[in-house]
Amino acid sequence: MDKKLAIIATKGSLDWAYPPFILASTASALGYETQIFFTFYGLQLLKKKLALEVTPLGNPGMPMPMGMDKWFPVLGMALPGMQGLMTSMMKQKMKSKGVASVEELRDLCQEAEVKLIACQMTVDLFDMDPTQFIDGIEYAGAAAFFEFAGESDICLYI
Amino acid sequence: MAEFDQELDASGLNCPLPILRAKKTLNSMDAGQLLHVIATDPGSVKDFDAFAKQTGNELLESKEDAGKFHFMIRKA
Repeated sequence: MDKKLAIIATKGSLDWAYPPFILASTASALGYETQIFFTFYGLQLLKKKLALEVTPLGNPGMPMPMGMDKWFPVLGMALPGMQGLMTSMMKQKMKSKGVASVEELRDLCQEAEVKLIACQMTVDLFDMDPTQFIDGIEYAGAAAFFEFAGESDICLYI
Repeated sequence: MAEFDQELDASGLNCPLPILRAKKTLNSMDAGQLLHVIATDPGSVKDFDAFAKQTGNELLESKEDAGKFHFMIRKA
């Protein structure tokens, strides 16, 4: 029987969009049956039109280009436009290094039949409109997650 | 370089794309056929080794040549 991987994706930023989709698509290529359960901010990753950003705020581990962290210490990171700037720099960097876009990895996951599940409670909580999500996803709750996760070989909370 | 049935140039692509493209190409091939993969991602050396071990596809050759990595995989 195939191995199983269960992932909970809870974060909705550009950098944190990568781990669940990279791991899920790779696991599928290795023959795993894979599910990702998207909850809270993780639901941003299921939107048709992704508007994911990366923030340098409260993130001392983020490598800053051109010694920007010296010129703009902590408070400077809160300047208007800084998040947009960081996001476009990060996207450019990823493109130049041959790193796939989040959309591409998500497509690959769907192609490989990774099951993408939206947390129904979060959808209700934030009054999210299901028509803004991509096709082919399911809606479920915690008990449904455990039905799969309880039999998984690997279970990750991201 | 030995003969092969299909070739995949994954140069310039980063993790996990070389593995995903290789898997996709293997899906379209018959058992026993050979796939030659070219990659520039240094991480792909360990990744293709691990891919072969976990999927049963055989890694016949893994070598570096002029800054590129070459893998020969026999489809299980």
